[in-house]
This record gives sequence, structure tokens and C-alpha cells, in this order.
Amino acid sequence: MDKTSNKDKDAHAARDERWQIRVRGIHKTFGPQHVLRGVDLDVERGKINIIIGGSGQGKSVLMKHLMGLLKPDQGEIRVDGEDIVPLDDVAMRTMRRKFGMVFQYAALFDSMNVVENIAFPLVERYRMSHDEMLERVRDLLRRLDLADVAGIEQKFPAELSGGQRKRVGLARALIDRPEILLYDEPTTGLDPIATQNVDQMIRKTADEFGVTSVVISHDMASTFRIGDRISMLYEGKILVTGTPDEILRSDHAQLKTFVETSGAVKLTGGASEASP
Amino acid sequence: MSEGVQARGPTAAATPATASTPSMGRRVVGAVFAPPLAVLRYFGEHTLLLANAVAWLFRRPFRPRLFFEQMEFVGVGSLVIILLVGFSSGAVASLQAVDALAIFRQERFAGATVGISLAQELAPVFTALMITGRAGSGMATELGSMRITEQIDALTTFAVNPIQYLVTPRIVASVIMLPVMTMVFNAVGMAGAYVVAIYYRGVDVGQFVEHYRFWTDPRDYAIGAVKSAFFGLALSVAACYQGFNVRGGAKEVGLATTKSVVGGSVSVVVLDYFLSDVLRMFWPKLAE
Repeated sequence: MDKTSNKDKDAHAARDERWQIRVRGIHKTFGPQHVLRGVDLDVERGKINIIIGGSGQGKSVLMKHLMGLLKPDQGEIRVDGEDIVPLDDVAMRTMRRKFGMVFQYAALFDSMNVVENIAFPLVERYRMSHDEMLERVRDLLRRLDLADVAGIEQKFPAELSGGQRKRVGLARALIDRPEILLYDEPTTGLDPIATQNVDQMIRKTADEFGVTSVVISHDMASTFRIGDRISMLYEGKILVTGTPDEILRSDHAQLKTFVETSGAVKLTGGASEASP
Repeated sequence: MSEGVQARGPTAAATPATASTPSMGRRVVGAVFAPPLAVLRYFGEHTLLLANAVAWLFRRPFRPRLFFEQMEFVGVGSLVIILLVGFSSGAVASLQAVDALAIFRQERFAGATVGISLAQELAPVFTALMITGRAGSGMATELGSMRITEQIDALTTFAVNPIQYLVTPRIVASVIMLPVMTMVFNAVGMAGAYVVAIYYRGVDVGQFVEHYRFWTDPRDYAIGAVKSAFFGLALSVAACYQGFNVRGGAKEVGLATTKSVVGGSVSVVVLDYFLSDVLRMFWPKLAE
């Protein structure tokens, strides 16, 4: 390891085996709007970390910071021990390869079919033969239960159902084997059965691929079904964080109001129960 | 290790900053300077987008496929419209020219008159306006839709620069294809002029052709081509700027499309005057 640079050594030393991402005191302002007001957040390696919060609380803004799509006005974001805030464009692009992102409405490219969509990151990043690419795409289609859909490979996004689009979006995010997967409100706009399928898909992906998942959600039923760790973002700060059991036992006023208003889960002070 | 629920911040809502009311003087200054500042900002943002697109043109990866796709969209996709409008414009210009010249019994100059008008003005301007309406609006709509459905954000997550991937090929394709389509317009325009003058108005074919050949020269076509390249630049930057900066939903995409067509068309007509003047100044006709 003689050739390892000091910077690499520092990053390795700072690498925390439990926490893959550590956010400390980030602030973000857009014009007069102070969206993030000192967020502290820890993302646990290999687990499903869910960030809940009402609309307009800054969840999506926070997620974009995790991937370096936005830079905070103040604060630090450490991914595997390395502060990504001061990274330049080239280093940031390399860092982003650790991430995959599943967008709210999948964000598939309209002009490309399913295979082209899924293979896009490989086409852009590597010189790989068409056969090798197709093999990886087909492997993912099989693992995400899409291989049985007739003619799926040549279909365009407009020809897919909401659930299928989400799966194709997930396949595209997974194709380059990321370490961290970000999901932006993955169950929005889906019916209850499709929602449950997406929940299973997130759980299965975390277990099977061993990725760290960060899910932004305001779907309480989903949150308590799949979450390993839940944090609540409220008025630009992380208000509370803990395991689902710990969250259920909480008597924090804002958390209680938010969770119970959803109707999916009931907090009863020390004792708690979740709706089936 | 169970940490329990960690309370991270104050439970009370943060107090919003109180906005101070600006003084009367500041409001007046603001009102006076707002319009020129808005104009400067408008042109500044277009220029920045163009500079960015040009800078990314010379950086890897080059993706020639995207350039050819856009050239097909801007050029081949507009061919039918250009053929129809070109033929009609040449025909109507010929009709007017023959009737006007007939007052002086000089119908034989119709070929030269229409040829020069088409080469320097009608072909580049009409081609640019047609392509603004068809391809410019298409660019703004496509980029706007990509923006609101987060496809542009998705590109960024794959470490692809959206300006290099989406804007640069559209601008380059427009700059290359506008002169080509202008020449197509010239050709069919002259065909339309010929049909009307010779077969409908009975102008002598020898005189029509000979005067056209004598009075028009490559310089006229070169001026038209240079102008149309600038028009391609203006209309594509206007379209990409509007599409790329859409915020909101379907309504805003529609508005962006409208703005791109208005912005592109106005730019073409305004630029036309200045380019005509400058090109004539630096490139005078031999006889002048």
C-alpha cells in the first residue's frame, strides 16, 4: 500500500463501517427561501434509510445534496468518509458512480426503448460490447421480474404501466452496480397493490444487491413496512431519527401529528400499533 | 446498538426572517432599472448558454450520432415544408415582379429580380421562420418535457452534462442545416418563379434565364448562406434556452414553446437587418 496517497489514507481512515453517508449542518437557500436549516443525517450502510416529511420540507433538495447535484451553502457531506462538498466537477462525476437514483416518475428517456434506457449508463461510461451490455440488461430484467412481460425489451416508456416504469427505472439505476440507491418518493401515484410491489422491490433490491438505500417518502404504510431507519425532516432540519420501533414509541408532537394524520400507523405514546 | 429516537432540533417552527420594506427611493430606482436589467439578463443568459454549448463541443465524448439525429430533425424533417413554401414564395415573387416590371415593359428582368431577392432575403428569412416554427418549437417542447419529467436531472446523475448532450447538438445541427435548407429553398423558389413567369405570364425563357445568370452571382448566395447560419444559431439558442429553463408543468412547457417561437422569429427578423447591412459593407458587389 506504499503507493496509496495521503488523501486516500485519510479517506480510508475516516471511512465509517456503519455509516455510509454522514451529513453535518448543511444549509441551503434559494433566493429568499431558506430550505435546509442545518441538517444532520446519518445513512446506515446496507440498510433502508427512509426520510419522511411533508411536502415542501426540503426532502428532494436534501437528496440532491447527497448525490452532489446541489452544493450546500454551508456544512459537510461525507460519503465513505470523504467530504464531497469541495470536490471539483471531475471528482464529483467519479463520486457519483457510487450512486444510483430512482426518480419519482422513473424519468425514463422517452426517445429510447427499455433496453436503451437501462443500458444508458454503460453506453456513457464504458466501451462494452453490445452483447455484454444486452446480457447485463437481461439479467436485471430477470431479477426484477420484468423478463416475462411480452416484448418488454423493445417497448418505449409510454407503453409501460406505472409499476413497470418504476422497475425499469430501478434497473437503469442498478446496471452500473452502485453502492447507494436513492429513491425519490417511489410509491407516489401508484395504486395500493403496485405500492406494495414497489415496497417489495426496494426490500428485495437492498437484500439481494446489498446496496444502501435512501428513500424519500411521505407514505407512512410503506415507510413502516420496509424502513430499517427512519428520519423526519421538518422545517429544514432532521427532527427525529430512529428505527421504526423507536419512531412508533415516540411521543414527539410534530412526528405524532405527521404519522397519525396519514392514518396508516397509530402512535400511542409508549405503546404503538401499525395498521395491517 | 439502539440509540433510541434522537431529537435533532428545536420542535418549534423556525421564525421566518422578516422582510424589510424598501424605501421609496429604492423602489423608484428599482422600477426604473428593472426593464433594462431584465433585457441584459435575458441576453446574458442566452450568451452564457451559447458559450457553454460551444465549450462542450470540444470536450469528450463527442457522440456524433446525436449531431446526425438533430441534423435529420432540423433538415430532413423540415424538407416538405421548405419545398412547399419555397415553391409558393418563388411563384408569388415572380408574379409580382412580372406585373411590376410590365409597367416599364421590362418583364425580362423578372428572373434576375426574383433570383437576387430569393438568394439574399426571401430564402434565408423564410427558411429560418419555417424552421423556427417547426424545429425550434419542437426543441423547446422536447427539452421542456424532459425538464419537468426529470429526464435532464437523470442525465446529470449518470455524469452526463445535459448541455453537451442536449443543447450542443441542436445548435450545431441548426447552424449547419439552415444554409443547406436555404439553398433548397432557393432552388425550388426559382423553379416556382420560372413556372409562373414562363408558362403563366409568357415571359421569354431565354431573357428570363440570361438576366438571372447575368445579375445574380455566388456572392448573393453566400450572403444568404452566412445569414442563415446566424439565423440557425439564434433560433436554436432561443429554443434551447426556453426549453432548458422550464419550471413547472405542462402549461409552462406550452409557454416556453410559444416564447421560443416568438423569440426565434423576432431574432431572425432583427438580425436580418443588421446582417444585411454588415455583409453588404464588408462584401460589396463588384459593380457597386
